[in-house]
Amino acid sequence: MPRLWRFEGTIDTDVLAPGFYMKSPLPKLSNHCLEAVRPDFARTVEKGDVFLANANMGVGSSREQAAEVLKYLGISAVIAPSFAGIFYRNAINLGLPVFTIDQTLMSMPALVDGANVEFHFDVAELKILDDATCIKLIPLPNFLKELILDGGLVPHLEKRFQQEGSSS
Amino acid sequence: MITLAKKLLSDASGKANLDIGDIIICNVDLAMIHDSGGPRRVKPILERLNRNVWNKEKIVVVTDHYVPVESDEAHAIQALTKKWVKDNEIDNFYDEQGICHVVLPERGHLTPGLFCVGGDSHSPTGGAFGAYMFGIGATEMAGVLATGSIWIKTPETILMSWQNQLRKYVTAKDMMLAMCRKIGMGGGRYQAIQFAGETIRKLPMQERMTLSNMAAELGAQAGLIAPDETTIAYVEAAGGQVPNNWRDFQIETAEDTNNIMQFDAANLSPQIAAPHSPENANDADEFQNTAFDVAYIGACTGAKYIDLLAAADVLKGRRIAKGVTLKVAPASLRDQHRAAEDGIMQILEDAGAEFLANSCGICAGYGEDRLAEGQVCISSTARNFKGRMGAQSSSVYLASPYTVAASAVTGMLTDPRLVMGE
Repeated sequence: MPRLWRFEGTIDTDVLAPGFYMKSPLPKLSNHCLEAVRPDFARTVEKGDVFLANANMGVGSSREQAAEVLKYLGISAVIAPSFAGIFYRNAINLGLPVFTIDQTLMSMPALVDGANVEFHFDVAELKILDDATCIKLIPLPNFLKELILDGGLVPHLEKRFQQEGSSS
Repeated sequence: MITLAKKLLSDASGKANLDIGDIIICNVDLAMIHDSGGPRRVKPILERLNRNVWNKEKIVVVTDHYVPVESDEAHAIQALTKKWVKDNEIDNFYDEQGICHVVLPERGHLTPGLFCVGGDSHSPTGGAFGAYMFGIGATEMAGVLATGSIWIKTPETILMSWQNQLRKYVTAKDMMLAMCRKIGMGGGRYQAIQFAGETIRKLPMQERMTLSNMAAELGAQAGLIAPDETTIAYVEAAGGQVPNNWRDFQIETAEDTNNIMQFDAANLSPQIAAPHSPENANDADEFQNTAFDVAYIGACTGAKYIDLLAAADVLKGRRIAKGVTLKVAPASLRDQHRAAEDGIMQILEDAGAEFLANSCGICAGYGEDRLAEGQVCISSTARNFKGRMGAQSSSVYLASPYTVAASAVTGMLTDPRLVMGE
């Protein structure tokens, strides 16, 4: 069952994708994701898990591997009260759902690290199964939702180029 | 109300009367990529899309992250970069010439009115030239290279208005750390920050670049400065094409007076930011008796010619303290040559500095030369995130080149005015 990973402090690109391993292929880089703040994360995260961070999530570098490692490790959604702009764009371009949550909801007792959760992309909802809480996230603008549903920018452009090609 | 940001985006999108929040498609005048996020990442995407680059003349490639080339992986990355540049007939290729954000303007690529993207988070540096420039990731860059365009949400302008003159040994870096201290790393809200006022007008271009560069640390998308005669003189000397209408970009305003912040340069002291965030800044004298191991003058933020000059001002006739090392990585080969001609490199060497390559160096933490476990560093760079410059247990204080040099002399974090007798 998917669990919630809740992180304290500010999560930056350099702890998500450490510089020294940036030359390495994605699987190796992923092994070092967040090792500076949560050494057990990369080893124990499972497909479908949900990532909850504080404001300004993904601050720092433009390296899109910071979002890519989370997707590779199986994270189904990244939720935060606010995102650093480049990280936000990178995540969407890679097809990784990113959702903003009202800051006041962050103090809800249900949003505890390790909670059993269900994430529903279509309706922008996070369900906490332990106490049946349903948390409404801020919906994405339609064109960003479509980008994610297409699987990210590359499949989205493939589709667009095909349409342009078949209509000309 | 037309702001500089809106004027630039209006020109790039062909849409007049933009409102905040409008999503527009902009035509890209220049796309800059480097060895890390560049060819090795965009090549497979362009191949998958079956597209060539949209305009090879509008692309600039710089190698600066995997320099010096140490590992097998780094060699492979640089070989791929060179082959891609050749296959795509990119003439604007600067191989091991320095850090992209410094090389780009020094070779005349930036000029007022341009709309540019860079595959690096410090790309807002271009805003110092009155261009709209911002950082993007590699997939988005591949999209730009394939289409020549990118979407953008019309930003608010947050005006950082600086009045009066900086005191001696107080720099743009101190102004920036004071702004990080005031609004935090998320304070820019991915809007356009503009630096304005009489203090800015008196700054030389490389100091303005430090401000725009660290708009990234304020969480802004862009860090604009309206062009003036100082801008134009720099661009012309660099061989750039100054547009006839450059005065059209002399706009210093925000839509909302709540988005104007006032700062007094005359009251500013040298700043130091404690680990692990630039927003942990405070007056330098609050950090006295703090020991460290490594003093670092490096990066696009803090090792340009003007930064080396500042360090030499402090280090002339002095030696670094016992037990500390001073490492200097001049931000570009040209700046290093100029510093050598002016005797600056000799002063640094005589003081006990070690020199590193003209690259991102320890700041990016990509290479073998990095901070060891437990090491403490005072650095002229932009970011002091946990583990960024080396071991997870290392820690970094950020400051101006004056403050880094003065600290190297005393062996403790030091307000440079104490060493200089001001």
